[in-house]
This record gives sequence, structure tokens and C-alpha cells, in this order.
Amino acid sequence: MTETSHHQGTFTETKPGRNKRITEHIAGTIFFLMALLMIAPLLMIVGYLLYKAAPVLSIDFLISNPIRGMREGGIWAPFLGTIYLVGISLLISTPVGVLAAVYLNEYARESWYTRIINLAVVNLAGIPSIVHALFGLGAFVLFAGIGRSILAASLTLAIMTLPVIIASTKEALRAVPTAFREACWNVGATRWQTIRGIVLPNSFSGILTGIILQVSRAAGETAPIMFTGAVFYKAIPEGDLFAYGLLEQCMALSMHLYTISTQVPNVPEAVPYGTAVVLLGTVLLVNSTAIILRIYMRSRKRW
Amino acid sequence: MLPIRHRLENMAEPVIELIIRLCGISAIIFVFGIFFFVFREGASFFFTGLDLTEFLTSPEWFPSSVSNKRYGVLALAAGTASVTLLAMCIAVPFGIGAAIYVSEFCSPRLKETFKIVIELLAAIPSVVWGFIGLTIMNELIIDLFDAPIGLNVLNGGLILALMSVPIIVSIGEDALKAVPDSYREAAVALGATRWQVVYRALLPAAKNGLLAATLLGVARAVGETMAVLMATGHAVQMPGGLLDSVRTLTATIAAELGEAPVMSDHYQVLFIIGVLLFSINFIVNLSADLIVKGIREE
Repeated sequence: MTETSHHQGTFTETKPGRNKRITEHIAGTIFFLMALLMIAPLLMIVGYLLYKAAPVLSIDFLISNPIRGMREGGIWAPFLGTIYLVGISLLISTPVGVLAAVYLNEYARESWYTRIINLAVVNLAGIPSIVHALFGLGAFVLFAGIGRSILAASLTLAIMTLPVIIASTKEALRAVPTAFREACWNVGATRWQTIRGIVLPNSFSGILTGIILQVSRAAGETAPIMFTGAVFYKAIPEGDLFAYGLLEQCMALSMHLYTISTQVPNVPEAVPYGTAVVLLGTVLLVNSTAIILRIYMRSRKRW
Repeated sequence: MLPIRHRLENMAEPVIELIIRLCGISAIIFVFGIFFFVFREGASFFFTGLDLTEFLTSPEWFPSSVSNKRYGVLALAAGTASVTLLAMCIAVPFGIGAAIYVSEFCSPRLKETFKIVIELLAAIPSVVWGFIGLTIMNELIIDLFDAPIGLNVLNGGLILALMSVPIIVSIGEDALKAVPDSYREAAVALGATRWQVVYRALLPAAKNGLLAATLLGVARAVGETMAVLMATGHAVQMPGGLLDSVRTLTATIAAELGEAPVMSDHYQVLFIIGVLLFSINFIVNLSADLIVKGIREE
């Protein structure tokens, strides 16, 4: 379509034609600016945060504990806590989410029933994070009696991130051609054998992308863990990877950023900025991995 | 006689299928479970002590006063409504404009780049947005508007706009992509420019999808917690202007749940607000689904 505007130059241009061309240019420019205005904030935010955080950013910041009422030192304890929360929530939600997607894509037929399931998935994705927090507190901490702990917080996070894994797995499964399944059924394989032997291996990288996105989502959440397991401050030994127990509370990076920027007075400016950069950096890095994996996958797709 | 391995597999198949079916309906179980457990915590006060009319229509929220407890959420709901409205006034035109650009105007290469950036923008954690509101935007607003404090409706609205733009762009783009190419071809064959194709053919055809995109943007903004908790300034009052501080429904739960004694009236009211938020989300998502279903049936 870009050619049309070039060709117009060779004809004598009529007035309506000219107006049309001008409107077209204006519209194109305006929409371009609108799109650009969405990109600008990302670059500006990342740049500004990095600039402000520069004084504290170092490996030391990552591997030393917060000291002096969290006004100095690093972020080891919250960083490790986030890894625990993300890891355990992933262990819970990945199998459930993948199998749910298998059910929706491989077993269920299009009907009012699957429509309700899909609606439930969308609904679950939209439930405000603070309502998930209330649920986690009511169901896991109090009703199930787990108490405020890494386990309760991870369960809450797992349910919250479930829709992410369901949606991306469903997409990955849908991309496997039906002919693959038919060929497998025709040699006498059962439905589950087909799924295990053909469908899942062929959609593995797509599912992996979904899991990675889930990591980024879980790492950034604050509200759901605030009342279910994340704690204001907890002393753990530096460098010990197994410092937290499953039924203990832990610090978390997102919660730490919230507390040092709103609850603790006189924190030197660079410390919260540094924490924000580590949190944002982790999340963006994880997301970029998913994006690169997706592009790589597409380039070597065989069908 | 089948080898043992095969017989085991044959026996395992129904079990596996049952597990898959259970996982399949897990989303439904969780949605009901969430409603049940949140409502359960607030139920006894909801049925015995709470004056529902006062709860919904009074702007007086004094949950921890000794002599004069008041549980009216009107001011909090107005706080939520004001930041959401401002966010949508900014995010809807920009989001749909960007969706049109990405879907109709730009080259495939640029399109890829835009989509990646939008994805990254959507991934920024809400607490980081809140932190940005608390620091960068706060200073900017104080400088630019000469306001006494920069944590207000304007700040929260701008942050929420940036947060809900990605969802509007991606769902809006899906809606535009769903319009059959024959519409575009027919319009181009009649001599329409790209702008005319968009304005005359695509927007009318995709209007339901774009409406759904807007609704989901609203849901995102209403449900957002950490960003508004940190950026809107914590004042329970009816907002009178852009530079007034407010507090939203979500922020109230996050701020007060920690200090409300378990099973006290205050604690239970916070869970009832949770039920209210759950219901808003449910209605918005259901309407969006019905609207999109409407397009498919045409």
C-alpha cells in the first residue's frame, strides 16, 4: 500500500486527492507518536532508576544482608526469599496449569462447559492481587492452619499465576498440527500416549516460555505475599542457599522495596533505587529470555 | 497376553485422564474457592452487624475510632473511580491509537519491536510502578503544578494509565486482527487510504473488541493495589480535583489489614470490600466475554 502514495505524484493531483494524502500522513504520524509515547516511559524509567541506583549497585549489594534498620547493606535476605517463593509457587502451578491446558486443548470439545472454564481462567487472571491476598490469608494461613509461611505465600502466588501458564500452554499446544495427532492415533496410540509422546515434546519450548513468564509475574507481586508469608525483616546467614524453611516466613524483594520506601525513615536514597533496579532488572531479564526463546523457536519451526 | 508394561499403562490411562480433568476444572474451583474463603471471613459481620446502606453510601470511614466507628466505603470507591477514570481517559485513546498503528500502519519489523516493548512494559511489577510514583512522579508533580504534595489523583491516574495501556494495546490489536482482510481489500479497492480504511471499515467492525479491551483495562486499573497504595497519598476523602490525595478500595485493604485484629469488625469489613472487588472484576470480565462472543457470532 505504500506504493500508492508514490504513484500519485505522477498524476495531476486533484484537491480531494491531496486532502486525502494529507489526512493519511497526519493520521499515520499521530498513531506513530501514540505508539512511541508508550515506549518512551520504559526507556526513561529504566534509565532514571539506573542513574539513581548507581552508587550502591555492585555484587556486594546483592550478596550482603540489610543492616542498621535496613538503611545500609544489601538485599541478600529478600533476594533469596523471592527465589524461594517463585520456585515453590512454580512447582505447584506448573503441573496443574499445563494439565489444565492439556484438558482444554486435547480433551474438551468446544461447548458451554469449556466456555465456562475459559471464562473462569480469564476471571482468575483478573482478580485483584489484594483479593488473592485475602484468599490466601483466609484459606491457607487461617483455615488450613499453615500459618504465615513461605508455603502459604507460594500457594497464593501459584493460584494467582495459574492463568499465565494455562494461556501460554494452550497456545503452544494449539500450534502442534492436528495431523501429528492423527498420525499417532492411527498407529493405535491412546490419547494420553499421543499427548505424552507427540504433543508435549513438540510444544515443549512454548510451554517453557509460559513458565518463564510465570516466574517474572510471581517475582514482582507484592500484595498477595504481604499477609501470607512475607515479613518486614528476618535475619538469615549470608551466602547460605538453604537459609529458609518451608514453614518459616521470609523477606521478599518486592515487599522489601515497599517497606524501605514507605515504612522506614531516613533510608539513603540509593538503597531503594538499587532494590528497584534489581527487582525490575530480574523481571525484565526473565521476560527477555522468554522473548528470545520464542524468536529462536519460531526461526527453527519445522511445520 | 500383553507385556506387563503395556498392561500397567492401560490401567494408568484412566487415572491420568481423571487427573487431567481435575486440573481442567481447577480454574473454576479456584474462582469459587476465592469467593467462598474471602466471603467466609467477612460473613458473620455481613449478616449481623453491617448496615449495607451505610456501607455503600456513606463517605465516612472511621474503622478504628473508639466511640464512633463508621464503615462507609463511598469515599474509597470514589477514590478508585477517580484514578480509574483519569487512567482510562489517557490510556484508552493512546492504547487504541497504538493498537491501530501496530496493526495497520507499521512495517512487520517495527511491529515486532513494538510488541516486545509492550510486553516488557506489561511486565514491570506494580510495586516498582508505585515506587516510581512515590519518587519520580511525586517530584515532577510538585515542581510542575506547584502542589503541596505530589501523591494524588493525577499521580495515581498517570501510573495506572501506563500500567493498563499494554493490556488495551494487546487486546485492541487482537480485535483489529480479527477483522477479515476482505474488509480491508474491499475498502482499498474503492480507493480508500489507510486512514479511511481504519476509520470507515476497521473501527466499526472491531468496535466490540475495542470495547472489551477498554473494559479489561478498567478491571486492571480498579484491581491494582501496590501502585495506588504508594502513589495516591492515603487520604480518605471525596476527591474534588486532580491534585487531591485519595485512597482506593484496594489500598485500604492493603494498608489496614495488618493492623486490624483478626475477626474484629474492622477486619471483616476489609474482607467484605474484597468481596466487592471480586464482584466488580467478575461483572467486568463477564461483560467483556459476552461482548467478544457477540462479535464471533456475527
